[in-house]
Amino acid sequence: MASTAERVGIQLPRRPAITGPRRRGQWHALLREPGTALGLILVVSLLLAGLLAPWSPLADPTEINLPERLLSPSPEHLLGTDHLGRDTFSRLIHGARATLLAAAATLVLSMTIAVTVGMLSGYYGGWPDTALMGVVDLLLAFPSLILALAVAGALGPGLLNVLLAVGAVWWVGHARIIRGITLGEREMAYVTAARASGASDRRIILRHIAPNILGPIVVLASLDIGWIILGIAGLSFLGLGAQPPTPEWGAMLSDARPHLQTAPHLILLPGAAIFVAVLGFNLLGDGLRDLLDPRIRRLAR
Amino acid sequence: MGAYVARRLATLPLLLLGISAVSFALLSVAPGDPAEIVLHQRNPGQMPSPAAVTAMRAELGLDAPLPAQYVRWMSRALAGDMGRSYVTEQPVAAQLARRTVPTVVLTVAALGLALLLAVPMGILSARRRGGAGDAIVRLAALVGAAAPSYALAFGLIILFAVKLSWLPAVGYGSAAQMVLPAIALSLAPMAQLTRLIRASVLDVLGQDYIRTARAKGLPEQIVVMKHALRNALLPAIGATGVILAHLLGGAVIIETIFTWPGLGQLIVGAALTRDYPVVQGFVTYLAVIVLLANLATDIALRMADPRLRYERGGV
Repeated sequence: MASTAERVGIQLPRRPAITGPRRRGQWHALLREPGTALGLILVVSLLLAGLLAPWSPLADPTEINLPERLLSPSPEHLLGTDHLGRDTFSRLIHGARATLLAAAATLVLSMTIAVTVGMLSGYYGGWPDTALMGVVDLLLAFPSLILALAVAGALGPGLLNVLLAVGAVWWVGHARIIRGITLGEREMAYVTAARASGASDRRIILRHIAPNILGPIVVLASLDIGWIILGIAGLSFLGLGAQPPTPEWGAMLSDARPHLQTAPHLILLPGAAIFVAVLGFNLLGDGLRDLLDPRIRRLAR
Repeated sequence: MGAYVARRLATLPLLLLGISAVSFALLSVAPGDPAEIVLHQRNPGQMPSPAAVTAMRAELGLDAPLPAQYVRWMSRALAGDMGRSYVTEQPVAAQLARRTVPTVVLTVAALGLALLLAVPMGILSARRRGGAGDAIVRLAALVGAAAPSYALAFGLIILFAVKLSWLPAVGYGSAAQMVLPAIALSLAPMAQLTRLIRASVLDVLGQDYIRTARAKGLPEQIVVMKHALRNALLPAIGATGVILAHLLGGAVIIETIFTWPGLGQLIVGAALTRDYPVVQGFVTYLAVIVLLANLATDIALRMADPRLRYERGGV
């Protein structure tokens, strides 16, 4: 009999860990793919830039210097200055920090909810499953960005509130996928064996099933970061996210709007930064998916 | 078929009830007293007196317990009354109705544009798998999925409106004013649909009945266009609900940039001013639209795909 996971088309790791040369070979395969390698380079550079920004010799990203406003690029200001005379390059680099931290926190929040709901629903079945999936189906009717916008509006402007809003609506689709995977795992022999040896439900979920479904979860998460970055920057652009003077890419776009005609690069640069970040994470996510779970694509949106 | 439609329709009231509960709960748990927000809106810069707040709470019906508030909101909504905006004091339902047409026009134009390019690109990419055309299409889809629509919108404005002066940058009413927002909005669904169609054409082309069609000597053109495409487009039809949700989400930002007087512009303004009745009405309205669109696509899929029709004892 085909397990549920097979029927819905997900390949699950059958053996515990593949160790030795074969596993190393897999990671090499990941890097041999030029797109994935580019993604990894972009992501690592952005992470480094974002993490190291406060200790870098860059100009203070919030220091206002009106006499030097809207300067063109020069050796002193590599990418010029914005409408308040702040160094654009420094703001972009510090913006990486704000964007990536917010995206990471959102991802952790939404994945925690998705994994909890999905695993409980898939493992226990019965009425908890019916109730949780009813809520999920209901929430799926709301376009996620618009629901996030409504929540962020209700909570009031601020990057933290945007992060909470996006995290609170983003888990819904994933909960369904994780439920499907858990449902398949529950029928596997190792779960039966664990139960026969007297393991509690809690132990089976945390110690036996969780490690086995980590692969698909990592893939879902990595394919998701790009969407989350776009969503957070979009809400910040609309004025709901990062507030001045915080350097954040979406807010920078919005700040630059009045200077569209005179200083178009002030709009194009943060736009390009968002693009590069999303592209990097998407490329890396595609590579990880091919490596860890070649068939999850059908379930990922 | 009739039984299936009837069964789906029967679940609608329950789903609508759920949607209304979510929309209502969403904003009743929000921090801040709506009565104070309204008073702030009407007399900016003044601290409302406690007496005024109490009076306003009574006027808005906020002094009743939450379940009672919900029942009242719900029964009024069923009669088409979604309350009044805190800011403009206009009926929410009328505002939603007035702004629906511009959003529908923009969304349909963007979806049409996306399909117009995504279908041929997806087919080309799948047929020339591994070739140069495939590489270009896949790159385009990758770029399209990663490009933020808002940055693209500004790029288009800078190039076509500021530098070349070919098209107006903002506004609503003429066909020329629709070109830039429709392009900006279509990019993300175009990328999504291209990938989807490529994958499903590849899937279909590998199936036995295609080999049979080729084996009996049919020209490749007919095999692809008549035999493969019909089945390959089914997943695209199935994804309509998701794509629609994405388009409506994208329209929020695009409408704000291009000062397009649609629903998106309305909700952004309402979210920023905490105009709860507008946000509530809008969220409910959109969820109902997405719900009905999903229902329509499911029924359309069943009509288009005989395999689904015979599932579960031929309902």
